[in-house]
Amino acid sequence: MIDLTSLTLAEAREGLARKSFTSLELTDAHLAAIEAARALNAFVLETPDRARAMARAADAKMGKGEVGRLAGIPLGIKDLFATEGVRTTACSKILGEFVPRYESTVTSQLWRDGAVMLGKLNNDEFAMGSSNETSCFGPVVNPWRRAGSNVGAGSGGIEGTHLVPGGSSGGSATAVAANLCLGATATDTGGSIRQPASFTGIVGIKPTYGRCSRWGIVAFASSLDQAGPVAKTVRDAAILMRSMSGHDPKDTTSADVAVPDFEASIGKSVKGMKIGIPKEYRLDSMPEEIERLWTQGKDWLRAAGAELIDISLPHTKYALPAYYIVAPAEASSNLARYDGVRYGLRNQGRNIVEMYENTRAAGFGAEVRRRIMIGTYVLSAGYYDAYYLRAQKVRTLIKKDFEDCFQAGVDAILTPATPSAAFGIGEKGKADPVEMYLNDIFTVTVNMAGLPGIAVPAGKDAQGLPLGLQLIGRPFDEETLFSLGEVIEQSAGRFVAAKWW
Amino acid sequence: MNAPVGKTGKLIRGSTGEWEVVIGLEVHAQVTSNAKLFSGAATAFGGDPNSQVSLVDAAMPGMLPVINEECVRQAVRTGLGLSAKINLKSVFDRKNYFYPDLPQGYQISQFKSPIVGEGEVTVDLEDGDSIVVGIERLHLEQDAGKLLHDQHPTMSFVDLNRSGVALMEIVSRPDIRSSEQAKAYVAKLRSILRYLGTCDGDMEKGNLRADVNVSVRKPGSPLGTRCEIKNVNSIRFIGQAIEYEARRQIDIIEDGGAIQQETRLFDPNKGETRSMRSKEEAHDYRYFPDPDLLPLEFSQAFVDALKAQLPELPDEKKARFIKDFALTPYDAGVLVAERESADFFEAVLGGLKDRARDGKLAANWVINELFGRLNKEGMEIAASPVSAPQLAVIVSLIGQATISGKIAKDLFEIVWTEGGDPDVLVEARGMKQVTDIGAIEKVVDEIVAANPDKVAQAKAKPAMIGWFVGQVMKSSGGKANPQAVNDLLKTKLGL
Repeated sequence: MIDLTSLTLAEAREGLARKSFTSLELTDAHLAAIEAARALNAFVLETPDRARAMARAADAKMGKGEVGRLAGIPLGIKDLFATEGVRTTACSKILGEFVPRYESTVTSQLWRDGAVMLGKLNNDEFAMGSSNETSCFGPVVNPWRRAGSNVGAGSGGIEGTHLVPGGSSGGSATAVAANLCLGATATDTGGSIRQPASFTGIVGIKPTYGRCSRWGIVAFASSLDQAGPVAKTVRDAAILMRSMSGHDPKDTTSADVAVPDFEASIGKSVKGMKIGIPKEYRLDSMPEEIERLWTQGKDWLRAAGAELIDISLPHTKYALPAYYIVAPAEASSNLARYDGVRYGLRNQGRNIVEMYENTRAAGFGAEVRRRIMIGTYVLSAGYYDAYYLRAQKVRTLIKKDFEDCFQAGVDAILTPATPSAAFGIGEKGKADPVEMYLNDIFTVTVNMAGLPGIAVPAGKDAQGLPLGLQLIGRPFDEETLFSLGEVIEQSAGRFVAAKWW
Repeated sequence: MNAPVGKTGKLIRGSTGEWEVVIGLEVHAQVTSNAKLFSGAATAFGGDPNSQVSLVDAAMPGMLPVINEECVRQAVRTGLGLSAKINLKSVFDRKNYFYPDLPQGYQISQFKSPIVGEGEVTVDLEDGDSIVVGIERLHLEQDAGKLLHDQHPTMSFVDLNRSGVALMEIVSRPDIRSSEQAKAYVAKLRSILRYLGTCDGDMEKGNLRADVNVSVRKPGSPLGTRCEIKNVNSIRFIGQAIEYEARRQIDIIEDGGAIQQETRLFDPNKGETRSMRSKEEAHDYRYFPDPDLLPLEFSQAFVDALKAQLPELPDEKKARFIKDFALTPYDAGVLVAERESADFFEAVLGGLKDRARDGKLAANWVINELFGRLNKEGMEIAASPVSAPQLAVIVSLIGQATISGKIAKDLFEIVWTEGGDPDVLVEARGMKQVTDIGAIEKVVDEIVAANPDKVAQAKAKPAMIGWFVGQVMKSSGGKANPQAVNDLLKTKLGL
């Protein structure tokens, strides 16, 4: 019998429909894979009983001919999504053993469509990080290894040998790349879907801001946060997106726009499409292999009939600094609710202020504390205009850069997804956090402008590690991204990590 | 900035001369709505602790606020009632600070762009004068929860029922010049809110409370440094707090000191204000636009529709009463001051047989007989034993000369103590005025015949007719029509 965990979501859907196997068999195969892959630390909570119960229910429904769009499909859920009756921590000690009495809108839509939950996935604490090293549950390990690395051959310690999967959705990316689930939910505030997808050789899409409801997702930076899927293929991502999307009256910022059948855009011709190539994304420090990858991507799209146009997004260089003002500012306020009063961790003190200090000092990790302090600083009286207000102005200009291009007829923009391939655990950001922040250099502009962006694996670096390309689209035009993304996927082929764990 | 708009109030004498007190108020009025400002939880008073708390109010992870449109309508109605500019676009901001009664760690409020801009309130004073108090702005914001310190020996508990309830903060300009003016302003504002139905004005429940900004200066000088007295929850306390605070500030300055800008608390037991925190200790609230909420936008048509349905407000009602029923401004003012009084009077008017004829009489009866009696008994108008329809019948009986004013007072007493339909009572107890000329003439003849000496006196001194009227009325048990008695006597006495 074939290894059910090696199937794509679309293939599994077909197998279930043909009754080649049951959802319970499919789910059990994934549960076994999860158990065997604990060394990767992708899951922070496995929910096998719930998974089997959901799989049985899906099988029963399918037996009666009721077919949800994701009937019987086992998925992993980033621990940022509130799951009713299942511990939800955002991978922070401050939430402790918090068990929500509510289900996030996005996940409830997945269950509505028949999907099966395998468990909760690791992420950077409160989604703050680009390597999944800030999680209170420890780092996630990338299933990819550098060529010639002897990981698993008895070498001690994970630093220097294991690679990060990127972040913040590192658990989601690793789980999908290591065949532990058929797809996973993720969130993206500055690149947290696209960067880990690129680091692990899978597909990740950050939808247009407002496409997916934020209700029930632990907030990092409200004006930037957006849920999206990570998946093995572009088609799988399109299938998941349809279930995750939709207007939610409980989220004022969710858009009341129709949800298209994203899967229908897979295989659509891209002939005549105008693809913008922004000159500002060519960095002096960029490795040559990234440059080569980008050129390769252009060639594939040109071969498919698309037209390449040089464009300029002049305010790109201000995006990262502006992002690291806006995002921490919102975070400093969003995380104020974790005060030890009502739920989660509480460390007593002699008075209320001391209780706050003890609780928050113990509950938040170093990176979260750093961002709360940055955010508090930039919003302070006397600094607000110089930092927050100016950053918002930059944001408006970045948005306008994109609008001008789209107005000029550009259908989508092609850029590298990351400035490098996956790096080693403990390798970056120890001395200077900005070194880590630079990971998001190609992705944050998309969040600042609220646009959709997809990362598709497109090649490998010299060490055999996957690299991704990013396509940026018009607001609410994810369909074009799926069409173009699939062209790259067809040209580049799929990237599957050799199992070593 | 320091140009005084209000009239100079009572000056306060100090050792160095007279001082003027300058007052501005920030009134927090709880919006009348079934649900909270950003959640569907109930707002009713008196629920068990934490029985009216949604996931949003408790600031659970991932929860998002959604604006309650009824609260928006209420704020717009209030703005219209204050003749204020309605801003078609406004923004909700976060005011960040830590306190256990504030689950989110921030209050959602409106900082730079409030829903309502400048307006004004005309305030009538006891001496018959009136002042106009400028309104700077009105904005919507969330209320906080309540700490309970008496439930546990070492811990404090928190009740989040109030958390997230909608408040309107109504900020006046510093146009007020005395504690009397301040009290009258709050009373008027409260009255307008109650007419509009946008706040019940219940100060005992904390549904209306004020932060009072007080400074003093020599008349004509620039504004002095102000102190803010927080959360004063009765009109009487507002007056006391201002009196105390003005005197405190004058004493400090006259002793050679300077006023430190600070936040103070009023202690109603001691009748004094106490320092709460200085300007240096003031919070940096780090306001910024709430990224969970889009700017609040609505159309002029939305505002116009609310305006078209606005009820008649006290000023308009007063003018109408004066015009339609020739009431004195004072009487009209008394009737409209409280919405319940005005409603009662309107109900009496509604029950009158001839409103144009008896309107003024009805006003007199409501103010003098009914309010007088209620006051004496310490009763609210809602508990009045005499209903508006009953009083309307009594007034109509007087107006159509079925009973005299004197008999009407007896009738009022009967209705007050025993109840019943005044029409029926008058009939059943023979209280009707006698207008039958023949019957009256008979009595007149008897009395004239029995008192020849008085008749003689009357011929010399016509004022003696009063004695005869009295005798006839006495003899008829007060029921004879006084006009008919008068006319008959004049003829019979040859006057």
